[in-house]
Amino acid sequence: MSNHLLLSIAGLTKVFGGLVAVNQISFDIQAGEVVGLLGPNGSGKTTLMNLISGALRPTQGSVTLEGRRLTGLPPHRIAATGVARTFQLVRVLPSLSALENVMVGAVFGPDQVSPGAARAVARSVLERVGLGGREHLHPAEMTYIDQKRIELARALAADPRILLLDEWLAGLNPTELQTGIELIRSLQAEGRTVLMVEHVMDAIRSLCDRCVVMSAGSKLAEGTPAEVLANPDVIRAYLGDDHA
Amino acid sequence: MNTREVLIMAASGLLLAGLACLPLADEGFWLTLGISLAGYVAMSTAWALFSGPTSYVSLATAAFFGTGAYVVVNLGETAPWPVVLVVAAVCGALLALLAGMATLRLTGVHFVIFTFGLAELIRQLVTWYQTNIGGAVGQYVFVDISSAQIYWQLLALCGLVFLAGWAINRSRLGLALRVIGDDETVAAHSGINTARVKLLLFCISGAFIAVVGAVLAPRWTYIEPSIAFNSMISFQVVIMALLGGSRRLWGPLVGVIPFTVLYELISGHFPNHTHLLLGTAFLLIVYFLPQGVAGRIEQLRLRRTHRETHAARSPATLGETAR
Ligand SMILES: Nc1ncnc2c1ncn2[C@@H]1O[C@H](COP(=O)(O)OP(=O)(O)OP(=O)(O)O)[C@@H](O)[C@H]1O
Ligand SMILES: [Mg+2]
Repeated sequence: MSNHLLLSIAGLTKVFGGLVAVNQISFDIQAGEVVGLLGPNGSGKTTLMNLISGALRPTQGSVTLEGRRLTGLPPHRIAATGVARTFQLVRVLPSLSALENVMVGAVFGPDQVSPGAARAVARSVLERVGLGGREHLHPAEMTYIDQKRIELARALAADPRILLLDEWLAGLNPTELQTGIELIRSLQAEGRTVLMVEHVMDAIRSLCDRCVVMSAGSKLAEGTPAEVLANPDVIRAYLGDDHA
Repeated sequence: MNTREVLIMAASGLLLAGLACLPLADEGFWLTLGISLAGYVAMSTAWALFSGPTSYVSLATAAFFGTGAYVVVNLGETAPWPVVLVVAAVCGALLALLAGMATLRLTGVHFVIFTFGLAELIRQLVTWYQTNIGGAVGQYVFVDISSAQIYWQLLALCGLVFLAGWAINRSRLGLALRVIGDDETVAAHSGINTARVKLLLFCISGAFIAVVGAVLAPRWTYIEPSIAFNSMISFQVVIMALLGGSRRLWGPLVGVIPFTVLYELISGHFPNHTHLLLGTAFLLIVYFLPQGVAGRIEQLRLRRTHRETHAARSPATLGETAR
């Protein structure tokens, strides 16, 4: 795991009409790090993910991946540089089988794998996320957690330089949550770089090397999970003034 | 290619060869019907190549068709016939490229209306050109091509359209289209250049339709813009493709046959009621068969396999998948 600067976010700002959803956010992510993005509801976490993946264009600021400026590129070009993501509200492809859903990541991802070879990639990634033997099913025949697994598998099949997970663990029951955390830990162990929006404290404590906390669009704190979760500003932002 | 595909190819080849014998048996009513059928199968299938997976309902068919016909008007007597067809294909593709660059950002009803307007605009332009520069609005087409030859060309074109559709379906392009049809956001974030894929398919579809226009042009002897750019063609193609089901390659074919036969019958007996038929058919299809016959068949098949494999699942989940 070479420790070098992978993703750099500088002065990133997004204004919707009069609302500043993301306000002058800057932070870096080293290769191989798992970074948590925290913050109360509506603090701008998803918007920040959208700015990185190209779903939205920033009003100001820049995103750089290994020295290459991503700002202003359309999503498909950003995907081609090795940025893959999942969505807060799970997005699977209903008319495609689980296997085909995952193939999409490999076929159109940075490596442009041929459809034949992508099948093999998809099979092994599905196995890895716990969907081995269910390749032929369609998303509608699967549970919510399995659909989330398909989505993660699709992102992983692209073999991305950085993986953006938007509350991938949300909505899981305690057993599923443990499996989910183990899965992300295994990604960490193989040296993947992950930026994850998360509300589940157990997951943040056990997975994240570092956390960035947002509040009302601005960066409130940055540090190890223990540091930021003990930070009075962070506690105030999450729980209100009385608890600080 | 697996054995099933080889068998289907062989059967389709035999079927085309069999159909090609039709002019030997009859040069009258049946050949006319055959030409109609072959022309609409080629156009509806080509239309569905683009509109099926993307769900963009294009009413530009008449624009491509008329463009092909006017290539014949202008080149038919001077250039060799194969060159005329190639020029028609290129013109159709170019028109699709221009129209696509202007409109593929539009969605839903905006796209429908723009493509309809496009056909009308081009008709007006051609009328203006023919009146002020071309000498006369109407033009005679003197190309020495028999009805049987037109029929054979259309059959060959049908074969080509199906071959193209089959090749697209098994390529990266086909997968990209299915992803776009399901979720454009996911498509873009997976690395698909959605605008380029849609544009490419629109061009392929437009080129085929223009060639149909060119092949059929000699049937009329006398062509004027209101015939070549008749918007009824656009509507008929949409209705037939939707009736059959535009999400399967063979879908439009299933729609063209009953519709064309019915249309020939009704326009023969009640020539003033064809619009009524079109309108009613359109309403019925949209209401009762939104996925077309092909979609309906798939649905029933899916439901049957469901019942076999998931006997214990709740009805609610079944309804969800069937929809
Ligand atoms: N496309 C948009 N247009 C206008 N406003 C938007 C848009 N997207 C987000 N917002 C607003 O920006 C703010 C931040 O939203 P965002 O979804 O980024 O929050 P979040 O931190 O992801 O919240 P949650 O934890 O609920 O997912 C909210 O006030 C939201 O209403
Ligand atoms: Mg969010």
